Amino acid sequence: MGVMFSLLAVIVMIILASAGAGLIGWQYLFAVVLPYLAMATFLIGVAYRVVKWARSAVPFRIPTTCGQQKSHSWIKNNPLESPHNVWGVLGRMAMEVLFFRSLFRNTRVKVTEGPRVLYSPDKWLWAMGLAFHWSFLIIFLRHFKYFAEPVPAWVTMLQELDGFFQVGLPIILATNIVIVVSVTFLLVRRLVDPKLRYISLPADYFPLFLLLGIVLSGILMRYFTKTDLVGIKALGTGLLSFNPVVPEGVSLVFFVHLFLVSVLLAYFPFSKLMHFAGVFMSPTRNLANNNRIRRHVNPWNYPVKVHTYEEYEDEFRELMKTAGLPVEKEQ
Amino acid sequence: MARVQFQPRQTGWMDPAVEFRKGTWNYAAVPDTLKYLDLPNPRRWSPPDEDWHLPDNWQEIIYEGLRDRLKKYRSLQIFMDICVRCGACADKCHYFIGSGDPKNMPVLRAELLRSVYRENFTAFGKVLGKIGGGRKLSRQLIKEWFFYFFQCTECRRCSVFCPYGIDTAEITMMGRELLNSLGVSIEWVNTPLANCYRTGNHLGIQPHGFADSIQFAVDELEEITGVRVNTPINRKGAEVLFVAPSADYFASPHYYTLLGYLLLFHATGIDYTWSSYASEGGNFGLFHSSEMMKRLNSKIYMEAKRLGVKFIIGGECGHMWRVLHQYMDTMNGPADFLEVPVSPITGTRFENARSTKMIHISEFTSDLIYHSKLRLDPSRNDHWRTTYHDSCNPARAMGLLEEPRYIIKNVCRNFVEMPENTIREQTFCCGSGSGLGTDENMEMRLRGGLPRANAVKYVKEHNDVNILLCMCAIDKATLPPLLQYWVPDVEVGGVHEMVGNALILDGEPVRKTDLRGTPYPEVVEVGKEGAHA
Repeated sequence: MGVMFSLLAVIVMIILASAGAGLIGWQYLFAVVLPYLAMATFLIGVAYRVVKWARSAVPFRIPTTCGQQKSHSWIKNNPLESPHNVWGVLGRMAMEVLFFRSLFRNTRVKVTEGPRVLYSPDKWLWAMGLAFHWSFLIIFLRHFKYFAEPVPAWVTMLQELDGFFQVGLPIILATNIVIVVSVTFLLVRRLVDPKLRYISLPADYFPLFLLLGIVLSGILMRYFTKTDLVGIKALGTGLLSFNPVVPEGVSLVFFVHLFLVSVLLAYFPFSKLMHFAGVFMSPTRNLANNNRIRRHVNPWNYPVKVHTYEEYEDEFRELMKTAGLPVEKEQ
Repeated sequence: MARVQFQPRQTGWMDPAVEFRKGTWNYAAVPDTLKYLDLPNPRRWSPPDEDWHLPDNWQEIIYEGLRDRLKKYRSLQIFMDICVRCGACADKCHYFIGSGDPKNMPVLRAELLRSVYRENFTAFGKVLGKIGGGRKLSRQLIKEWFFYFFQCTECRRCSVFCPYGIDTAEITMMGRELLNSLGVSIEWVNTPLANCYRTGNHLGIQPHGFADSIQFAVDELEEITGVRVNTPINRKGAEVLFVAPSADYFASPHYYTLLGYLLLFHATGIDYTWSSYASEGGNFGLFHSSEMMKRLNSKIYMEAKRLGVKFIIGGECGHMWRVLHQYMDTMNGPADFLEVPVSPITGTRFENARSTKMIHISEFTSDLIYHSKLRLDPSRNDHWRTTYHDSCNPARAMGLLEEPRYIIKNVCRNFVEMPENTIREQTFCCGSGSGLGTDENMEMRLRGGLPRANAVKYVKEHNDVNILLCMCAIDKATLPPLLQYWVPDVEVGGVHEMVGNALILDGEPVRKTDLRGTPYPEVVEVGKEGAHA
């Protein structure tokens, strides 16, 4: 149900954009108004969510340690998996955010007759997840060429690096292939693995279909249809300088592409996609394992009802005396 | 039980449905203990009952409680919001591996709570309802919460594999706190709580009983070793307060670990004391609520202050160390009336306990061994072929991995590791932690313990291992029946039991048995010769 619903939602969006910008001719709406609205929703929404998270207290220091603690000088501790200071935490977070360290550990379990429990390394999710996120980042950065004149040198360099293999004309960019493959993998994985299908919600399929729509429409423009790049760039720079003009004769595919990107931006702050910001704020990962070294203060710590020694002794004094245990008061 | 299917049902998980089959759930908390602890809604009820007699405004209580905790715990807020359901955690949970029940996948355990959060606290959930992943709060859902939040041992293994470190233990803790606010909890958490609160230990042993047990151990040790050890209780002015899980002086095989501690303290001549008031290190509050945890934990610092000790050493106990390491200083600190722990024998200053002033006994012992302060005869453990089970909490909350291994390798000559994906931070739970080690829950215990038992089976078959060492009282209580079922003929023991066996004491005669009273082979030979003559 979730799959069909999500697929349908994306198809409806494609039809909306085609009809709206094409048939009806509301190009200003799709090229200017909606992208601005989407961007505003994205920025305000993300900021709102992050501030909301930040306002929530971190009462206890609860890192999950994945390596040896710092204790004796002669036992080698693991500063990246069980960091005891800020540098270790930064290292741990960098490994997590840049290389998906925790996913790299992934194993697959199999229970056979006996029963015997078997574990095998499972790096597919790690590899494809990493491939997707990195190519997404590079593609995102490459798009700066549509917003800046002159094109910054690092953007050109990135594009050249991306097209390193020089396949075909126009040059096929490696990331374009990688992102299609990886997103497709993530989608197929959800559909094929019964466990994954069971836990998947519409909110898991929808972003994948949306991304596929964005990526495929982009590829369509680059390799298969003729698109007025000069016009698109004029729109991009115009949007960025708050002086937007809708260029003439830009293909319909472009409007679909832009609309899906707008939907993605607007959808972002309301969804699980917020993991991109949340990963930095996860208390099991971003705290140092120095609980016993330094005191950590709970902002809402409050006094609780305790059973004091005096109450205890009052109840058990006679028994303690007969057992020869010292007491504070004789009576 | 030997067949586990990982094929979930075709229908989705959104409709709450629980079947209270015998062996898979725990008895309900009895009214008396709830009353003793001033907890809400004390009444007689049982999980299979149709009507659980929830308070009239039960929905309000849940909503208010959830709202409050989202503000108080960033962990909860973040974990509710950022899970992408990638499934990396799914087959990491011992309960899922052993039962195949899809709702035991950590991701779905979290969704139990997350769906209610989504429906009532997020824009999408309010608008889209079920399509947005939201579920209505119903009495049926509360039953589902009870069933699955008491099928999580808070071992945190899933958190190791999650790309965002989402910790299901944290979610289970919140789920249990919310259930507690309705008076929905289990007997084997609440009665030990009340006992710990009143008498200091979870079995409700009163001070004279505590003193008796320690005395009994002293007598027995004298029989085994010929040496009489000193065991002060509630002694003011001692240098060190020693706190151990109370099972160590009442249950087997914990008891042998206790004998080990006593010999160690005797051999080092350390100036220490036990306390009858703080006679429990294990903190059942962790399985109940943060407030309860704090109420029980307070005793340790209060007692250290009253007795005027310099620092505290703690025994072998898993959850005890989760609380002492990650919560104690924050909840009941600062411990500024104590001093930074310095080993009186080696002079080592334990900088890693600078603030809490409490060290783990394996930190203490490994330091002694490293500085050659103990005379050891590891051959006295030759009848044991050992492997080591990293108890979940010391491993995943502290990173206490090498210290116990260093000790074991110095006191035993036969030691092998279990397979890679089942030890250290990837260690598997005994299947009975967090208050689930009750007999009425036996089926789930055996299922949940399958991954651990299976790894033990591997080293039994390949290396003839005959004892599984560990550092947690719950392990020591629940692993024996687990191994008896899945891997017969493997015993369970503590690290300090092995230390006690190997320790050479001043003026001791030749030891004829180990701490369990098992005769050493040479001694048997001598005995036979004697018989012939």
